[in-house]
Amino acid sequence: MMTATPLATAPELKAETPGAAALAKKRLSSPWASLAAIVIAVLWTLPTFGLLLSSFRPEMDIKRTGWWTFFTNPQVTLDNYRAVFDSDTGVNLGTYFVNSLMICIPSVLIPVSLAALAAYAFAWVNFRGKNILFVAVFALQIVPLQVTLIPLLTIFAKAGIAGTFWPLWLAHTTFALPLAIYLLHNFIKEIPATLIEAARVDGAGHVSIFFKVMLPLLTPALAAFGIFQFLWVWNDLLVALVFAGGGDTVAPITLQLANLTGTRGTAWHLLASGTFVSIIVPVTVFLLLQRYFVRGLLAGSVKG
Amino acid sequence: MLSALLLFAAVLGVILFLASRVRGKRSDTWVGYLYLLPVVLLLAVGLVYPGLRTVYESFFDAQGSAFIGVDNYKTIFTDGDQLSVLGNTIIWVLIVPVVATGIGLVYAILVDKSRFESFAKALIFLPMAISMVAAGVIWKFMYEYRPDQQNVKQIGLINQIIVWLGGKPVQLLITDTAKLNTLLLIVVFIWIQAGFAMTILSAAIKAIPDEIIEAARLDGVSPWSMFVKITLPSVRTTIVVVLTTLAIGTLKVFDVVRTMTGGNFRTSVIANEFYSQLIRADNQGLAAALAVVLFVLVTPIIVYNIRQVRQEA
Repeated sequence: MMTATPLATAPELKAETPGAAALAKKRLSSPWASLAAIVIAVLWTLPTFGLLLSSFRPEMDIKRTGWWTFFTNPQVTLDNYRAVFDSDTGVNLGTYFVNSLMICIPSVLIPVSLAALAAYAFAWVNFRGKNILFVAVFALQIVPLQVTLIPLLTIFAKAGIAGTFWPLWLAHTTFALPLAIYLLHNFIKEIPATLIEAARVDGAGHVSIFFKVMLPLLTPALAAFGIFQFLWVWNDLLVALVFAGGGDTVAPITLQLANLTGTRGTAWHLLASGTFVSIIVPVTVFLLLQRYFVRGLLAGSVKG
Repeated sequence: MLSALLLFAAVLGVILFLASRVRGKRSDTWVGYLYLLPVVLLLAVGLVYPGLRTVYESFFDAQGSAFIGVDNYKTIFTDGDQLSVLGNTIIWVLIVPVVATGIGLVYAILVDKSRFESFAKALIFLPMAISMVAAGVIWKFMYEYRPDQQNVKQIGLINQIIVWLGGKPVQLLITDTAKLNTLLLIVVFIWIQAGFAMTILSAAIKAIPDEIIEAARLDGVSPWSMFVKITLPSVRTTIVVVLTTLAIGTLKVFDVVRTMTGGNFRTSVIANEFYSQLIRADNQGLAAALAVVLFVLVTPIIVYNIRQVRQEA
């Protein structure tokens, strides 16, 4: 526990010699620096901790006393978690949980594969109009998705797929493409040209080069963006509200949780456990694949 | 779900099959077009056309039937409620990027090279992994209010602290005085975003070349001037990128406001007002105009951001 923690971030981000910041920190009155760090860490952890603790307290305790009284009167129950999965309470989080998975899996796989193909084409295939198309796709990053929602509602209704998963899959796929292509293109063009030329000399076409040379090298980048996209889709509320606002057949867990804050604003025992059910998947993904996530973040915001 | 994946696999299969068949001089052109075909189709139908269509619809009335010129835009810039929406959006975008970046930078420096660095960073970073809805619930619980009566105990930590300090509990999310409720929503968004700022800035700090630090140390500079003269200038471009990225996210903030107050009590912002007008007020024209205003506000920041990233690269 003292030397290593399981939550290691990307190893390449660590330098061996003391940095400017470390030095500044060390000389900037170390006890105060540590105290400040601890204060921030506590402020950032306490809100979540309070609700997590509450989710295991009996309903009446949650409603009548603050969660800090747990330490003088510890009472633990799993009833709240049972209640959010129970059909009697009408919360039925299990259904929405499955819906979230149903929405997420295609909404990650499809844009990532399409973007990988497109990024490859932009980086290594010569065709007319390439530069114009690339700039156009790149520029589409500026379109906030709010601008597209009203006409898309009409399009999906006309196509007869309103109320199914299709609008969600299509919308999430489309919205992800510009950034995904841009990021993957940044990665893909770093691959040495000699590798591709060697494959071409061996008689490989664009399809086999893509699968045999590109894909293995691209896996970390694909993982980085895939996690990004997964968290984004799992945590989305706006797209879900607009395209799946109707009922429980396609609505994801975030939508049901948001509904609970409106209709059961005081049912803290349901809200607390429901919140943590909705958090389990993204937090697990985040903790397991943190370094890929960080890589994706860094590629997207500073030079890759 | 399977149907979608199978259909997608079939489309991909056809494209790859055709691409592997193409021979001859112009094969590259065909492969390029084939690989881009689904992307171009999706973007044209899913982004370009709807975007243009929304601009067009923003000049129509609530039902989208009668042309009313710029009346929707006039409403946004003159109506009292809408002006409060604009005002709140400005408050958000002025406060969130600066405070979140500040906290992220300070924390990145404080935990840099410390024994628990990765654990300490994960604590701040974790809110980014959860949905803004979940974050909204977590903080709603913090802000929960119980009336000041005998036998009624506070269950929200903030009000309990106020009571412990001898004050009376406050209806935190309803009180509009001095924009208290808007500021409390901003706290939630900063809580979510500081981890992003910290991660990016921490990477930038670690990328400062050791020679520079060593040279400064030999010159015997004080820690403070090390920070001001070495650290800050070295990560300046990164700070700008983080500030602008956060500003873009802040302009589009929706989930936090909707989950915590629904935009009531004068807390609405543009992105939330767009949803309220579209679904609750059923005013398609005004919603479209709000989306266009959002687009106009976001565009220059994104363009600037992209130019910064490109210059640095």
